[in-house]
Amino acid sequence: MGKTECILSMSKVSVKDFFGKDMATRDAYGHILVELGKNNPHIVVLDADLSCSTKTALFAKNFPDRFFNMGIAEQDMMGTAAGLALSGKIPFASTFAIFATGRAWEQIRQTICYSNANVKIVATHGGITVGEDGATHQALEDVALMRVIPTMTVIVPADAYETAQCIISASEYNGPVYIRLGRAKVPSVLPEEYNFKIGKAYVFNIGKEVNIIANGMMVAEALKASEILNKEGISTGVINFPTVKPLDEVSLLQIARSSKLIITAEEHSIIGGLGSAVSEFLSENYPVKIKRIGVKDTFGCSGSWKELMKYYGLTAENIVKVVRENLT
Amino acid sequence: MTDLSFLREMARKLRVEILKMLTKAGSGHTGGSLSAADIVTALYFYKMRHDPKNPKWEGRDRFVLSKGHAAPLLYAVLALCGYFDVALLQTLRQINSPLQGHPCCKSLPGIEVSTGSLGQGLSVANGLALGLKLNRSSSRVYCLLGDGEIQEGQIWEASMTASHYKLDNLCAIIDNNDLQIDGCCREVMNIYPIDEKFKAFGWHVIKIDGHNMEEIVAALDEVEKIKNKPSLILAKTIKGKGVSIFEGKAKYHGVAPTSEELEIALKELNNGKN
Ligand SMILES: Cc1ncc(C[n+]2csc(CCOP(=O)(O)OP(=O)(O)O)c2C)c(N)n1
Ligand SMILES: [Mg+2]
Repeated sequence: MGKTECILSMSKVSVKDFFGKDMATRDAYGHILVELGKNNPHIVVLDADLSCSTKTALFAKNFPDRFFNMGIAEQDMMGTAAGLALSGKIPFASTFAIFATGRAWEQIRQTICYSNANVKIVATHGGITVGEDGATHQALEDVALMRVIPTMTVIVPADAYETAQCIISASEYNGPVYIRLGRAKVPSVLPEEYNFKIGKAYVFNIGKEVNIIANGMMVAEALKASEILNKEGISTGVINFPTVKPLDEVSLLQIARSSKLIITAEEHSIIGGLGSAVSEFLSENYPVKIKRIGVKDTFGCSGSWKELMKYYGLTAENIVKVVRENLT
Repeated sequence: MTDLSFLREMARKLRVEILKMLTKAGSGHTGGSLSAADIVTALYFYKMRHDPKNPKWEGRDRFVLSKGHAAPLLYAVLALCGYFDVALLQTLRQINSPLQGHPCCKSLPGIEVSTGSLGQGLSVANGLALGLKLNRSSSRVYCLLGDGEIQEGQIWEASMTASHYKLDNLCAIIDNNDLQIDGCCREVMNIYPIDEKFKAFGWHVIKIDGHNMEEIVAALDEVEKIKNKPSLILAKTIKGKGVSIFEGKAKYHGVAPTSEELEIALKELNNGKN
């Protein structure tokens, strides 16, 4: 974390400004949070000594009285956020995904969710694209850990535009929400008319043979893969599934009916995340062949994020390969 | 003048209700419910501003039972205050009862936050205190902790937070009965000196006898005058207080009285009367 990361612009922004921007989702978060803060005096923000990296520093600068640095104490941060929520505030609590969901899991379960406290946990540095810091800082289990808790909503946005929208939606929704953001810059994937809704998938297009269900930065890879596959004559669709919980079951059934093969793609362990959620639902309701792309039950390692994406098979090329191998 | 004899009488009634509901339930935490009965009586019948007819009243003071296993104590005081019918106490721990084994804020009015996993309540109390300050509310927050509970690391994170943010609208109370499940706190994991630790963390500390109503009331009055720092009332108590066969015995931490024990206990609490 360099000092330069603390230097952030402070001009006025609206959700539309994030459309078409290649930008890290955490940057979009930092900026939209300030707008939220301007419009709603109940928004408060907590961080655990990572505000320059999570980008909540921008909110802190604008609203010092509504920002609470909790020090390196994630468990206390989650409990304090619950208390703030129970006094009528809308707290956004941020730190790295591994510390938010790992260190403070039980606080999230017992104090936030069991009390239905209106806390928004927005964790950055989810997934392998954390890069050089290596395995200790790469959360590959966070979605699984959050998804298993009753009442929790779990969102993994794909680009800056979707991030800005889902942060606003979360602030308007009453109940605990987990939003997973990334460190690396991601390409814009969602069209201007896109309208994020909690629990709704977004269909780019439905394929007649293969459909790729993805979220986070794997949406961009899925789109590239589908282009290659469609050129080869394999009818391939891509569906963005930002909300892992509650799952958009209606869309899933529709997709399954039009699939010989479903691929799930996520920057997460193949255990417990989007691939699991999709498999669980479809195996009970409309069994269809599914291949999960993600990190295969292993820890991450150091490297540039681009190298790591290749290393763990989180690329369009690997999606294409898996489709070719499994389409019979 | 505070009517101390009224408070003592309410504490006695509280103990009676606690024991009756625990015996009916057949399980639950006896010792730690009895040890904090005097303190909780003083909070609900003397100090706290609250409205049993309007549990969500904005102007209320907040109580966080961080040692959630003392749920029978909280249920008893809420019932005696009139939050719900005293008869409901007899459903403790039964299926479909709002009186869950540990307090659940979604199922019962008057409960601020769900607790039961030790070590988490002080953070919530801090968050409430911060939120109330932001809302420019004069409401205060009280948080009851077990002495074994303060072995949890999160308590010390939270005690730093309370003093860092100068939460003078927060009062923590430690039920220092010197027992936890596996025995005496000093032997399981030494927590002493508690007062020096909290003072070093920036707290105002008051030491009292947690069964002396006069001292409890005086301490609750004193903490309101302390500015710019959180207060701790370190209450020396006896686990199982009020019933000699339970007093000071680790064994009665997590077991309910048998009906024979209840009979003996009620006799003692009723001073021979029925
Ligand atoms: C995190 C956590 N660990 C363990 C327990 C199990 N437990 C319930 S009560 C208790 C002992 C509590 O001792 P203390 O805080 O001194 O409470 P008291 O003596 O007032 O009953 C334990 C270990 C728990 N509820 N939460
Ligand atoms: Mg104890």
